[in-house]
Amino acid sequence: MPKPHEVTDTSFETEVIKADVPVLVDFWAPWCGPCRMVAPIVEELANEYDGKFKFVKLNTDDNMDTAARYGIRSIPTLLFFKGGEMVDQVVGFRPKSDLKRTIEKVLS
Amino acid sequence: MAQEFDIVIIGGGPGGLAAGLYAARARRHTVLLEKGVIGGQISLTDIVENYPGIESINGFDLAQAMLKHAENYGLEAHYVEVAGLERAGQKWVVRTNQDDYIGKAVILTAGADYNRLGVPGEERLTGRGVSYCATCDAAFFKDQEVAVVGGGDSALDEGMFTSRYASKVYVVHRRDQLRASRVLQERAFANPKMEFTWNTVVTEVLGENEVAGARLRNTITGEESTLEVKAVFIFIGQHPNTDFLKGLVSTDEGGHVLVNDWMETELPGLFAAGDVRQNSARQVVSSAGDGATAAIAADHYISNTFRE
Repeated sequence: MPKPHEVTDTSFETEVIKADVPVLVDFWAPWCGPCRMVAPIVEELANEYDGKFKFVKLNTDDNMDTAARYGIRSIPTLLFFKGGEMVDQVVGFRPKSDLKRTIEKVLS
Repeated sequence: MAQEFDIVIIGGGPGGLAAGLYAARARRHTVLLEKGVIGGQISLTDIVENYPGIESINGFDLAQAMLKHAENYGLEAHYVEVAGLERAGQKWVVRTNQDDYIGKAVILTAGADYNRLGVPGEERLTGRGVSYCATCDAAFFKDQEVAVVGGGDSALDEGMFTSRYASKVYVVHRRDQLRASRVLQERAFANPKMEFTWNTVVTEVLGENEVAGARLRNTITGEESTLEVKAVFIFIGQHPNTDFLKGLVSTDEGGHVLVNDWMETELPGLFAAGDVRQNSARQVVSSAGDGATAAIAADHYISNTFRE
């Protein structure tokens, strides 16, 4: 089962920017309640889109450079990358159906 | 597709979770429908410290504990958004963005949503410095100056949370005194990072791609000024989530559902509890109490109406 793994400021370039499939990055922190609701949904999506889409998470407490570079001022925030470019974002908790719609949009 | 239950609960805050616990323990086949996060408003609360018997707990953790407690007795939680509600014979049909849910009784515990200021820049900069949840976002403003708008419990609570990170927290309030509880006021006034700006409203949130400040107006002198802050946290009350009822049941001018002492609305088998009802004390404990009352009433209603 593919589980979203942690990326860091150092691995962001190789893991996300240079990935050969679109990537969803889940910006989270341990103190953020709603982030804990998002995590299991992202896990389910990772299973459903295995191979077509990559799912990773980034701890904003430990990786402030990347969070700052993308202007993250609120979590949970999900950023969607395609070909190294940030193409879409979702701020705050959203139901799974909403996230699927964004993923489909990014894939098309 | 339609799913059948005895009791359908709309909304997963403390009112809905308590109703779910009581309904499930009455052995009613019960589903709780939640569109977002279990716990509702408390899931965004850093610390709940007025729930009897629990001195201090994170709001999200309290909600999860309530959910687990009710699920242990058989409550089902489904994550769907309710679109509408209608009577079908002696039962109710709840329409959602997925399945329909049929219930002998429905308990409305849809809670309340925070109010927006409705000023230029607010919507555009939401998530870019405009925030309605300090516990979610305060950490991004370490050593920066921020503003908190409002004068109630939430404004002070969240303002104090924000002061753990921010170098300065300006509390902007439209009156010359606070609505918040005395305990919170004492703490806030003693907090060296908090500064109060009275009789003042925010007229615009400034900034290109992120918040750069707030435009203020003194309500007495009419004088305008600019406050240079990196974030504007907004806590100016809330409105009940009753839009989906579309006039089905009587509400007051603010949209709160009218109920009697048993949380019964004017319609048979339809109950309302917690922040959606008129005259709610809007506390975790009072909403939970409402939820329990509604579930007991719904249980009786089903026994009497369906001749079990």
